[in-house]
Amino acid sequence: TESTSPDSNAFVFCVSVVEGLALLDLGVSPYSGAIFHETPLIIYLFHFLIEYAEFVFMITDVLTAVALYLAIQDFNKVVFKKQKFLIELDKYAPDVAELIQTPMEMHYIPLKVALFYLLNPYTVMSCVAKSTCAINNTVIAFFILATIKGSAFLSAVFLALATYQSLYPLTLFAPALLYLLQREFIPIKLKSKSFWLYTMQYTALYLCSLVVIICLSFFLLNSWDFIPSVYGFILSVPDLTPNIGLFWYFFAEMFEHFSLFFICVFQINVFFYTIPLAIKLKEHPVFFMFVQIAVISIFKSYPTVGDIALYMAFLPVWSHLYRFLRNIFILSCVLVVCSLLFPVLWHLWIYAGSANSNFYYAITLAFNIGQILLISDYFYAFLRREYYLTHGLHLTRQDGTEAMLVLK
Amino acid sequence: MPRPCWARPWCDGGRQGLTLPAVSHYRLFPKALGRLVAALGVQELHLALTQGFWRTRTWGQPPLQAPAGAELWVWFQPTVMDVDKAWKELSNILSGIFCASLNFIDSTNTVTPTASFKPLGLANGTDHHLLRYAVLPREVVCTENLTPWKKLLPCGSKAGLAVLLKAERLFHSSYHSQAVHIRPICRDASCLAVSWELRQTLTVVFDTFSSGQGKKDWSLFKMFSRTLTDACPLASQSKVYVDISPKNKEKELLEVTPTPASVYEAIVQGDKRTYAVYDLLSPSLFNTSRSLNVQLKWKRPQDSSELPTPVLHAQRYVSGYGLQTGEISTLIYNTHPYRAFPVILLETVPWYLRLYVHTLTIITKGKENKPSYIHYQPAQDRRRPHLLEMLIQLPANSITKITIQFERALLKWTEYTPDPNHGFYVSSSVLSALVPSVIAMKDVDVEQSPLFTSLFPSSDGSSYFVRLYTEPLLVNLPTPDFSMPYNVICLTCTVVAVCYGSFYNLLTRTFHVEEPTRGGLAKRLANIIRKFRGVPPL
Repeated sequence: TESTSPDSNAFVFCVSVVEGLALLDLGVSPYSGAIFHETPLIIYLFHFLIEYAEFVFMITDVLTAVALYLAIQDFNKVVFKKQKFLIELDKYAPDVAELIQTPMEMHYIPLKVALFYLLNPYTVMSCVAKSTCAINNTVIAFFILATIKGSAFLSAVFLALATYQSLYPLTLFAPALLYLLQREFIPIKLKSKSFWLYTMQYTALYLCSLVVIICLSFFLLNSWDFIPSVYGFILSVPDLTPNIGLFWYFFAEMFEHFSLFFICVFQINVFFYTIPLAIKLKEHPVFFMFVQIAVISIFKSYPTVGDIALYMAFLPVWSHLYRFLRNIFILSCVLVVCSLLFPVLWHLWIYAGSANSNFYYAITLAFNIGQILLISDYFYAFLRREYYLTHGLHLTRQDGTEAMLVLK
Repeated sequence: MPRPCWARPWCDGGRQGLTLPAVSHYRLFPKALGRLVAALGVQELHLALTQGFWRTRTWGQPPLQAPAGAELWVWFQPTVMDVDKAWKELSNILSGIFCASLNFIDSTNTVTPTASFKPLGLANGTDHHLLRYAVLPREVVCTENLTPWKKLLPCGSKAGLAVLLKAERLFHSSYHSQAVHIRPICRDASCLAVSWELRQTLTVVFDTFSSGQGKKDWSLFKMFSRTLTDACPLASQSKVYVDISPKNKEKELLEVTPTPASVYEAIVQGDKRTYAVYDLLSPSLFNTSRSLNVQLKWKRPQDSSELPTPVLHAQRYVSGYGLQTGEISTLIYNTHPYRAFPVILLETVPWYLRLYVHTLTIITKGKENKPSYIHYQPAQDRRRPHLLEMLIQLPANSITKITIQFERALLKWTEYTPDPNHGFYVSSSVLSALVPSVIAMKDVDVEQSPLFTSLFPSSDGSSYFVRLYTEPLLVNLPTPDFSMPYNVICLTCTVVAVCYGSFYNLLTRTFHVEEPTRGGLAKRLANIIRKFRGVPPL
């Protein structure tokens, strides 16, 4: 009953939780219908907290911000230590002094991250709409905190919780593993025994916690109904309610014959960037995590603005890349304008009747292109900075003139 | 009063239910239906095809109401193993027999009510899993549905009362409902044997006022452009009943010609009614003229005919604006001055209108009214509709308002009807109640009472069974653009490809310092042209 716009999406509405509780009161399984697609732990949590729902969501947002603050604080220390180590080893080129991050500029980054998350209009909208995406964000933030602090057990538990909530954080297993390996100083070589030992340990922890959580859910409602209702729903996309993602209109207009094929393609699309990114970014697992979270938020089956708020909170961590970003102005304009146009065109289509679905769909396309180009811009800037760090800032060609750097 | 199982010889301890006789006499019973009933293990079948909506407040209580469109409800015998399969076959076969699109009945519009639609014939135990109910509100009824219905009659439309049933007059009406009811009944009062009963009903409301030059007089010839000439030779009973109940205790308000041979008084639906009876089988009827043309003339001009307000009536509407959400409201009126009674409300809502049961509110006289029984089965996308059944107590002289909110889903473009902006129909909700009768009804002799009063079994004289239907609703859904499938696929795949392309570039390529190249052919040509122009080379 809070929804007036689809940005916060039917899938994650608090309304669906209220509906699930009402169905339980009537003696019907909440998963026998098509409205409730939350996990049993959420229904258990809200069984006690439904009267204080607003406070719950405010507290989760604050917890997310605090977790991100602590995580980035620790991360900065790690980055600084690594930087110092590499400078001492003379791995950096001599003229890159201006690219090195100083403690002064890194001091305010954790606070900026926390504020970026809390003051983001997307977060505020998500909180007002009481979207359960906020709870997902909290779990992922705690997972990031646990990973950066180095606790493999907590990291595995939170990752299992995040995967249990919405399948896609499964892909964050790779960056977490890479980070923990780096922290334990285990070299990432396929022949190394300690590498495999640690990987097996972490995988076992993760899978065991996942199994425990799923069995716990079974005992809460005494049925396995929640598996097709939660995970089947995420994977097979039966609900075409308009949201800010790409899936809904695509499958509304898809020919029946190809529906299954394209569902598989779209779902694989979320998961298959993991391995190439792991190979390319194995030295920089936190950036890998950022890119992976962004890919999940853009390509998941029911994206909401809350997911976007999470990866945007990380942008201050890469503020030193600003000088290498190529299209930041136009992309931020695109994102701002599209965010403003979403409710307008939604109203025109659904309430005023003077536009049709294509208008809203066009803004969806533009918004997603904006997000994709933002992420790839940051990725480009990151890689470029790494190149400059090792090869020097002022590059010259063989004949001494100033060089151009291209991606070949 | 239903007799206990052990007293009935055809009931074997309730384990196998009724042992219904196989249909073997096709002299009167149509073979198509007989074979159908036997092959699919049907215990009771009720099919109604209706055009129009019965206006209870202006026309009074309907004798037998049916929802707009096609309604089919069937009780299967306990011996049927796969009820869904039998249901599918049954609807397809009936679709062929009645030339109606009953083959569109599938799991998305079939429900299994738990409290409404109890068997009307003999039944031994009621496991509601053997019941199926479906309504097709969009179904149009026309001549080609009437013809097979008439063919089921033993005399067809060649003799008896059915000669009146000509399509061109019957469909010039405000309401047209034809129904077929098959059920097992006791062969006689001692109930030693069971027979199959096939009952065909046709309810038509003619608007003679608008077609009769402003007068409300009617005659068979004016209504049907035909008169009755003889009874069907196969009929054991062939009677015409004309309701001549005096209003406000005044006699001589109307006049019926020819003078009826007998007058029958009964209490029908809680009302004392007087019927003029014309028995087509009595030889004295056709003495004076070869044909019977019953005429009714009003002695005085009728002033705003005040039919008594029915004790129970209801209306339903959808409210809200925009294409996202809406609210269904049902108003149930109990106009009985001092008696309260419960009513069972059955609502079937298609899956694409997602009901929020936590928004269900029932308000009577300003206070919340909690139903004593709720059965709610939520819908599953593309598989089954919502089913909401409630037992609500209606206080005397009250209006009860039941509201529930819903959200409209966006469907796949192939799931819309060819005219998507017409909207989608929500079938009528069903209200079943034992309405307390204003006048006490004494136990009537089933044999003597007219057939139109004996469909619903009555357990005692103080109340009568009523089944009402509310209006069907028309709801608009948001539509995608139907001309755009290729465009959408291309554009969305382009966006995904942009991501793939950018990431591919960044992941597989590395940075290199650009070496000056000699330049390709195009560059050299361009340099030559620039040299001529006097501009520095590239």
